[in-house]
Amino acid sequence: MAEREVPTSEPPAPRSRSPKGKGNSHNLSGWLFTTPMILGLGLFLFIPILMAIWVSVSDWTGRGSPFSSDVGFVGAENYAALLTEEGLSRQDFMISLRNTFYYVLGVVPVQTMLALFLAVVVNQKFLKGRTFFRTAFYFPSVVSSVAISLVFLYLFTGTGAINRVLASVGIVGPNWLQDPRGVIHIIGDAVGIWSIDSPPAALVETSVMSLSIWEWFRGPSIALSAIMIQVIWTTAGTFMLLFLAALQDLPSEVEEAAMVDGANRWQRFRNVTVPHLRPTILLVITLGIIGTWQVFDQMYVMTQGGPAKTTLTPAYLSYVAAFRQQQWGQGAAMAFILFALIFVLTSLQRWVLRDKDEAARKKGIRAQRRAARKAQRAEASS
Amino acid sequence: MSTTQPETRQPEATRQLSRTVDDGNRLTRAGRGKKSAVYLVLVFFALLYVFPFFIQVATSFKTNADAVNNPLSLIPDPFTTAAFERLAETDYPTWFRNSVVVTLLVTAGRVFFVSLAGYALARLKFRGREALFTAVLAVLAVPGIVLLIPKFLILNYLGIYNTFPALFVPLLVDAAGVFIMKQFFETIPPSVEEAARIDGAGTFRIFWSVVLPMAKPALITITILSFQGSWNELGHFIIAANDPALFTLTRGVGQLTSGGLGSGSQFPISMAAALLMTIPTAMVFIVFQRFFTQGANVGAEKG
Repeated sequence: MAEREVPTSEPPAPRSRSPKGKGNSHNLSGWLFTTPMILGLGLFLFIPILMAIWVSVSDWTGRGSPFSSDVGFVGAENYAALLTEEGLSRQDFMISLRNTFYYVLGVVPVQTMLALFLAVVVNQKFLKGRTFFRTAFYFPSVVSSVAISLVFLYLFTGTGAINRVLASVGIVGPNWLQDPRGVIHIIGDAVGIWSIDSPPAALVETSVMSLSIWEWFRGPSIALSAIMIQVIWTTAGTFMLLFLAALQDLPSEVEEAAMVDGANRWQRFRNVTVPHLRPTILLVITLGIIGTWQVFDQMYVMTQGGPAKTTLTPAYLSYVAAFRQQQWGQGAAMAFILFALIFVLTSLQRWVLRDKDEAARKKGIRAQRRAARKAQRAEASS
Repeated sequence: MSTTQPETRQPEATRQLSRTVDDGNRLTRAGRGKKSAVYLVLVFFALLYVFPFFIQVATSFKTNADAVNNPLSLIPDPFTTAAFERLAETDYPTWFRNSVVVTLLVTAGRVFFVSLAGYALARLKFRGREALFTAVLAVLAVPGIVLLIPKFLILNYLGIYNTFPALFVPLLVDAAGVFIMKQFFETIPPSVEEAARIDGAGTFRIFWSVVLPMAKPALITITILSFQGSWNELGHFIIAANDPALFTLTRGVGQLTSGGLGSGSQFPISMAAALLMTIPTAMVFIVFQRFFTQGANVGAEKG
């Protein structure tokens, strides 16, 4: 053990390049082989991002080239209009952030739990027809979001299939995609905290970041909830597959040992299955957060941000600002703010949900190494 | 089975273990009840997942009045193919053709370019390889939707906005595919290439006729991911062109709801439009189902 820890003072011997000139010819072919990729990613990803950074600090209106001399540099003005200046732009952007916040908060936990639930059920050893069920749950994930959106537009109409099913159990369904009422507002109204028609003045009149507190606490609108239901339905299957793959790696001896110890089904799930699935759960949540903050297709096809802007999202708003309203600077700025937001959120989530045992173990190993090195040094100097 | 035998003496353990006894010949009443519960739950969810597609198929053969009045009925009354005939008169066939051509070009391009790059990153030792791979990983972290405006800017700058190449050229390479291929090539033993090299084969020759044929499973995964990615893509087609002759299915059908085809609330037409664009997906899905599953896993692991 100690011998391996001894740091070698000389650098590792250079690896011998066996046939002469091999390194050279690989240099050429290596770059030749990667040229299409470098061109593709450089031209349609790297350079465009640089261009968009320029546009986000310019006053380009979409006419002519954004790099011509008539286009002016406006500094952080576009970002300021979205983040620090009172006005319609900031209000719309805050509305879109609020909507997406509730959207992510609703979709990510539910789709993760549904996916895990479906995976555990489909994974039952005695199950016959497993392939059929797996296929049924996974199929919506491979179908175009546009096609799915058209189907749900029809299912969610006021007199559509979903409301008919609800009516058969005595529930009067809302006019889903036309209903801007917020879920939190409705619940508060139902339990008597406030009335939707005459909300408390204190909440309406105090505004934070161009949006009243009453508006901030709207919750997802019924229309947005309909889209959330659709998205959960669509993506749970994808994540179910990830969980299924992980479940198949769970050694059955561990399960059996827990059974012999008399652990019941729920205890086994909590104490054996979930810890084993921890990395997969983390992955599914991360992918979920990345995916949901980008939601765009459903808004483009189904609601165009309505009703009453309650399905406006940053991705869709950025598209509308640039391509419809010719406010390219603000559109690009929104895209970059969204990018930063996704980056910060996923890093934060990774940090919060990091494997604490693993982190502690690594810390322990590092401490051990440090101690060993110190001991060696002490030995060497004595 | 045999390991469970001694436990049967303890009634509690029996109840727990009955679940794992798979042929059902020693089932307790409780175990059978649990099984039925599992099946009941599964059938409920299967219905929840399958029924919308049944409704979609049925509705596309209905009249609009029937679709509005009987949204849950799976039998069109009267049966009509009017929705499909109406679609045939519109730009729908053009969109379909565009989608097919774009998907074929993108898939062919990606399979080739991505495996070239993946092979180089996995096997060829060249200066800058590490940096290049780091760049690929960085690209993977960029959320696709924030690229809409940047992509339009470059297409506009290059003067190919609103042309057919704009639809597929930017999609020809994707970083996730490079990553998947690199991972795969690293699992192929180097001795295979050494043998070919001793025979005097050049690098491309080794790649093309020795290594690539061994990468079939990974290539199928890439094919499926590219097919799915380009057939279902919406954002890129919105920003690449605004000429209806250059619409793909997602772009064209996506506008049905805002009054395209004069079909604002013509449900049979929108269901038929959605159905026809789902059929190729379903066919590919059924044929390659095994690989879809693998692809989903590999694709997700990049995160």
